[in-house]
Amino acid sequence: MISRTREMLIEKGLFLTAIFSIIIILLMMLFIFREAVPVFQDYGFINFIFSWEWAPSDGEYGVFTMIVGSLCITFLSLAIAVPFSFLCAIFMAEVAPQFMRRILKPVIETLAAIPSVVYGFFGLTVLVPLVRTHIGGTGFGMLTASLILAIMIMPTIISVSEDAIKSVPLEYKEASLALGATHWQTIRHVIVPAAIPGIITSIILAMGRAIGETLAVIMVAGNVPQVPSSILDPVRALTSNIALEMGYATGLHYSALFGTAVILFIVIMILLVIANYFHYKKKIVVGGGYL
Amino acid sequence: MIRMSFKLISPKTVQKIMNRVLWASGIFTIIILIVIIGYILLKGLPAVNLEFLLAEPIESGRAGGIAPMIVSSIYVTLLAVLIATPLGVGAAVYMAEYAGETQIVKFIKFGAETLASIPSIVFGLFGLSFFVIFLGLGWSLFSGGLVLALMTLPTIFQVAVVSIESVPRSYREASWALGATNWETIYRVVIPAAMPGIVTGVILGMARAISEAAAVMFVVGSALSMPISIFDPGRPLPLHLYVLATEGLSLKNAYGTAAVLVIMVLIVTVTTNTFVERYRRKMMGR
Repeated sequence: MISRTREMLIEKGLFLTAIFSIIIILLMMLFIFREAVPVFQDYGFINFIFSWEWAPSDGEYGVFTMIVGSLCITFLSLAIAVPFSFLCAIFMAEVAPQFMRRILKPVIETLAAIPSVVYGFFGLTVLVPLVRTHIGGTGFGMLTASLILAIMIMPTIISVSEDAIKSVPLEYKEASLALGATHWQTIRHVIVPAAIPGIITSIILAMGRAIGETLAVIMVAGNVPQVPSSILDPVRALTSNIALEMGYATGLHYSALFGTAVILFIVIMILLVIANYFHYKKKIVVGGGYL
Repeated sequence: MIRMSFKLISPKTVQKIMNRVLWASGIFTIIILIVIIGYILLKGLPAVNLEFLLAEPIESGRAGGIAPMIVSSIYVTLLAVLIATPLGVGAAVYMAEYAGETQIVKFIKFGAETLASIPSIVFGLFGLSFFVIFLGLGWSLFSGGLVLALMTLPTIFQVAVVSIESVPRSYREASWALGATNWETIYRVVIPAAMPGIVTGVILGMARAISEAAAVMFVVGSALSMPISIFDPGRPLPLHLYVLATEGLSLKNAYGTAAVLVIMVLIVTVTTNTFVERYRRKMMGR
């Protein structure tokens, strides 16, 4: 009897640890939304999102320029990172001999583990002068930030896409090769189409990481809250806005920074839902024989 | 037009070209890592010596060393892992051993995924409004450790789930057959068998905690003095690097701090890799 009670208590205890993440997420929403309420009430939610004016000293709290800034940096970094990471994932899953795989795996893990501040510092000391002298502008801007972010999100895209490519059933490949297709034709017309949901998942995960990155972006993006007219213009990301001004913000300004976090939260949730949709789809496609 | 021109090249030539392109992409990835790490170490290592590691900073980091930052980093990282490991492993055990194939599994997984993808600066704001102000823990390494625990939790959980699920069912059946209860089986059979995987997850969690700056910048108090207890304010290494680099205090010390951070991360990844490799060999040998 005693042992049965103990078993039950342990199960209940473990259940609590299992739902701990959910509790934390709910608490997080509660505390961040609560602090953001004043700015949504006083300045207006629509105004907050669509106003171009961010001037806390004049009581203007529009984050539109930063939403644009975040999206611009994110999409430019994806445009740089995706084609390259995609090729690298194919290389690792299909072409690379054993010794290259043994080198590349720890290389990608290490790239993923390097602290974002170190990436930012590398960008600040190497890429900023490089962009300034060879491409133009001050060096602080969208392009530099996207380059650094591209390196930072590469490991995510490579490792998740590689898994997706590897999980394509071997029969698909064998059937294609038996029909006389070359290895590349097989990769392009059979393996990649079958792995596409996983590859899309990897891109969405990388997007989440790029939007959420803070300090590396602050260090190289220039941080001017404006809608950029060229890729060399300085921009400010949503995350940077919080990190830059939280130190001295009070009152409505403080609330506006929490409001910025709410926007980030919403964007990330939308991305997660899309990623989950593709993840679910992947199972059906590969398992059920879609080709 | 593009399709036409592709057709003009024979598939064999395309195969050759693409092989080269794929190889180039792989090699380029390695070069990126070598350039970044090489640059940081080359510039930073000359600044790193025993004095740098053991001295306190002078004039807010313009000169002197980084000893209080190393201590702060160790404090917050250990705290994070100590708090997150039981929670993460507990959740993983529940999911793998108790939950079955129910809706609750999806729910728990979604929770961990969401927690893993929330931007670190949002964790920082939550830490500020919840731990520092609402719970009254103040700007301290303790608050910082708690925030980092939340961030490392999904990493530890996800790795633990995989390693617990990969323990063969026959182990459990043997234990049940001997009359052990569910919990005894988990505690004495499943967890020891999954231990290497769990340790890997914990080390990965440590790597995440030790390199995080944005989440702790409004929580740890950013003090430069040597922290005595975990309830003192402090400044972990990544945050120190950020301050040094952006406030232009000392480029030399910034390089040095970056080098120390990179070495720490390298140690962590090399350890996990040898650990996992040895474990795999052991399992294959059996």
